[in-house]
Order: sequence, then C-alpha cells, then structure tokens
Amino acid sequence: MRPDLEIIQQWVQPGHHVLDLGCGDGTLLDFLQRERGASGFGLEINPDHITACMGRGVAVIEQNLDTQGLGNFEDGSFDIVLMTQALQAVRRPDRVLDEMLRVGSEGIVTFPNFAHWRLRWGLTLSGRMPESEALPYKWYNTPNIRLCTFKDFEALCRQKGIRIKSRRVVDGQHQNSWLARLWPNLLGEIAIYRITRET
Amino acid sequence: MPDTLPADSVGIVSPQTYHFDAPIDLACGQSLENYDLVVETYGTLNADASNAVLICHALSGHHHAAGYHSAEDRKPGWWDSCIGPGKPIDTDRFFVVSLNNLGGCHGSTGPNSINPETGKPFGPEFPVITVGDWVKSQALLADRLGIQCWAAVVGGSLGGMQALQWSLDYPDRLRHAVVIASTPRLTAQNIAFNEVARQAITSDREFHEGRYYDFDTVPRRGLMLARMVGHITYLSDASMGEKFGRELRDQAYKFGYDAEFQVESYLRYQGERFSESFDANTYLLMTRALDYFDPAYEFGGDLSKALAAASCEYLVLSFSTDWRFTPARSEEMVNAMIGARRKVSYAEVDAPWGHDAFLIPTPRYTDIFNAYMDRVAREVGA
Repeated sequence: MRPDLEIIQQWVQPGHHVLDLGCGDGTLLDFLQRERGASGFGLEINPDHITACMGRGVAVIEQNLDTQGLGNFEDGSFDIVLMTQALQAVRRPDRVLDEMLRVGSEGIVTFPNFAHWRLRWGLTLSGRMPESEALPYKWYNTPNIRLCTFKDFEALCRQKGIRIKSRRVVDGQHQNSWLARLWPNLLGEIAIYRITRET
Repeated sequence: MPDTLPADSVGIVSPQTYHFDAPIDLACGQSLENYDLVVETYGTLNADASNAVLICHALSGHHHAAGYHSAEDRKPGWWDSCIGPGKPIDTDRFFVVSLNNLGGCHGSTGPNSINPETGKPFGPEFPVITVGDWVKSQALLADRLGIQCWAAVVGGSLGGMQALQWSLDYPDRLRHAVVIASTPRLTAQNIAFNEVARQAITSDREFHEGRYYDFDTVPRRGLMLARMVGHITYLSDASMGEKFGRELRDQAYKFGYDAEFQVESYLRYQGERFSESFDANTYLLMTRALDYFDPAYEFGGDLSKALAAASCEYLVLSFSTDWRFTPARSEEMVNAMIGARRKVSYAEVDAPWGHDAFLIPTPRYTDIFNAYMDRVAREVGA
C-alpha cells in the first residue's frame, strides 16, 4: 500500500463513517472497509474509476464537487472526510475545506507542495512552469488549477479557524524522510494534513 | 430471430403459468381469491438458491424479457440486451426470474381475465393494483420457486420502483436493488401525462366504461393516442430530432392534416401496433400504479425515513437526457439513501435516447451494469 494511504488508514477507526472526495478507483475505501471495518462513500467523476469502484463493492456517487458541492450531505454525518490529491484540482479549495468540516468531524487532506525545492529550482533555472512526478502536466492542460504550498495551506487554515491536528510529510514516492520533516516546505513533496474545526 | 442463435442469447424460451390459490389482499382493500402469474426463467438456480435475480418490468412490459419464443420471432424479449450469457445479467451465473405483473395483459391475471364470480372478463371490476401489491405477489412467487433471498431485484422505470419497494417491504429478502431510470414518486407533470393517456382511453366511444370485451370491441383509438403521448415522453428531443428531424414522407407539404412528417407516421404506427397488442384496462391500471407510487408518503414525505427499514445495497442509474424521470429524481432517491446510511452507488450515464436509454446498451451503461452485477455474482458465489 502507498505510504500516504498507510498513514491515513491508521487514523480511521472501526465503525467510522468515511466520505472520500475524489475516491479514484476506490482502493483506499475498499481497504478501509475490509481492513478497518469502516463504512462510507466515495465521490468521483471519472467514469472508469466509478465503474472500478462499483466492481469492487465500494459505494461511489457520481458527483462533481465544483458544480454540485456537498449540499446533499448533512452536517456532521461523517467521522472523517478524506481528500487525497484532489484539493489542488477543485475550483474553490477554501469552500471545499469548509464543506468537509461541515459534513465531517475531521478532515484528511493531501496535496503536492508547490514550494518543493525541485519545483522552485526548475522555475528559477528554466523560467518555465515546473513539472514533476507529482505534477506531470503542462500549464495549459493541468487539472491542478489551485496549486499551493504547505505554508499557503496552513495560512488558510489559520484564517479559517481550522485546527491542524497533525501533519505528515512524504516525498514523491510517498516515503517518509527525515529531511522533509526538517524543512517541509522546501523538501516535502506531499503533505498529509489531519484537520478539524477549532472548538 | 436471426438464422443462427447469437452466442449471448438465452435461446428459445417458454413461459410457465403459476396458479395461486390463496387469496391476496391488496392495498385498495379488495382481494383476489386466486390468480395466475406468467413467468419466464433463464439460467439455473444454484444449490443454496442464492443466485436468483428478479426482473421487474415497466409500464408496457411483460414476462418475456430475453430470448425468443420461436424461430419465427422477429424480435427477442424486451431486455435481451442486458440478459443472457456474458451479458450484465449473466444467465451463466444467475437464475433470472421475469414475470408478467398482476393486472397485466400477457397471461397473468388482469382486467381481461375471466372473473370466476361472473364468468365474464373483470374489466373495470379488476382492482387497482399498486407497486406494493406487485412486490407482495412477487414475494409469493419467490416462495413458490424456493427463493428466500434474491441476489438482486432489478428494474428500469416502473420496474425500478418495484426494486425500491422490495427493499422497503422485504428488506431481508434481497441483497441488492438495481434501480434504473426511475423515481421515488411521480411529479405533477408525470401524472398529467398519465391523465391525458387515461382520458384518451376512457373517452373512446368503444371503451364502454371498461366493459368493451362484452361488446366485442376495443378502444383502439384511445389506446393508440395514449401510447403516442406516452411514447413522446420516452424519447428525447435530440433523439427524435436525429431520427426524424422535419423529414417529410413526400417531397412537399400537402396542406392537409394527414401524417406528412415522418415523426407523425412513426407515432401513429407505434400507437396502432401497441393498440393491437395491449389491453386498455391494463394501461389504466399501470398508469395509476405509477401515480400512486410514493413510499415516502407514510413517512411525512421523508424518503430517508422510509429507507430506514431497508438493508440491501443499491445501484441507482439515470440517463442524462431522460426528461420523464430526470437524473435529479434519481439523485433525490440517492440522497435519501445517503441520509439513511444505506450503501448506494450512483451514476448518471450520458445517453441521447431519453427515458428509453435504459433499454439500449451504451458502452458506459453496459460497463457499469457488468461491473456491478459481476460483484453481486461473486458475492453469492455464482
């Protein structure tokens, strides 16, 4: 299992009701259902991914966060709302975060760090929009329209009164590295944030 | 039928009639003392009877869902695209049960059957049947067939309503409900269209207050009109446009009122053909069953509360151009299922054919249906 998913699954308790925003082919939810005794839904818009979820018994709803939001989910109806590698692809990440913490008591968010040294280096040297393993697109066709850095994200959380319960930083291969822990905003490629509403 | 039977066809099939002697109490307060259900089955029931799938038909459907009755048949059963070896409802894995519902006109007891009390056709004396009544009779059929729990109950449109009703009335007797192009209740517009259809039938001079059998006639024109207006709601503007556009049967306008546009003659043809094979009283009954369907009604309109009784998993599918039962209607159902914490999967399939899309295989529809039913089969070891 991918190390980021490995980290996430440790935060899910048996019986937890989980909503996975942009659940992909359902790998994580499938694992959480089978191994962690969780239940829940995935939201997805990619037809092949939706079919894959249905084939493996993951409850998946075709729903577009940008156009439909989460209005059909009641306040506090989930223990955990997950969003792995999708925050940077929605039109209004700030509103999605609000919605995540409205429908769930806790959120788990992962996204690529746009301040990673390799991206900074690439931009400085070539003067072109950086590309990397985590961001393998051209500027004009990338689905990642809201790239941010760890610092940006944390600033937004502060502004919104969102408490960061924990943060884990991994590299492009989703491995833990002590260097990334030391200078996360420079050396971390992907961060996994566990967030909740300030009480 | 094609010269050689396609490999993915269930082949030549024949219906069977099951007679039920015990009276069945109906929602309207009346009961039927005894009745017949005409049934087709495809595939083989496994040893623990866990691989059975019930097919519920829509307004004008019947038991003949797949295969051919004889080599002379021009067309296979109405859902042959989805039922057969290797198809989504795979008859190599599932035991498929398809019946003509009570009140139908294809062999099951209905308004055109002989009322044992009078020795004449029931006609208007035949009780109004509800979706709940159908489900009840289907459960009795399941008992007869030795099926305690369906692997899945599957239906499109009015058939989807039956699948939903099953999950509420007999929660421990199905594992999955597949609800396609359906709705949790009709809108005013839906009921309005049904009313036009009923008015067309009942105002036909040959209707004779439903006793047309006694006069050796049928309200053909009324039934034809009813079907024509219904048929329009099954198609989309785009699919009608693509099929007919403004095409004329001849080169120029004739400045008269005969069928000049292709779409006119198509509708007339469909209506006429239908009026020759369908019973008008059954049409009234089926449209009323549609109107009355509203499982949330006794829960103050809250479908989530109605769904609290359910325990099966759901697959809900809608089609982008269906304006009879729009995707929004399916989403309403899905949201209620989410609210009730039921396990549900939902997709809106992009297809140009309007409501009829549930009968037409498109790649995405077939993929989803395959993937879901494959999982159902694996779950029951089929």
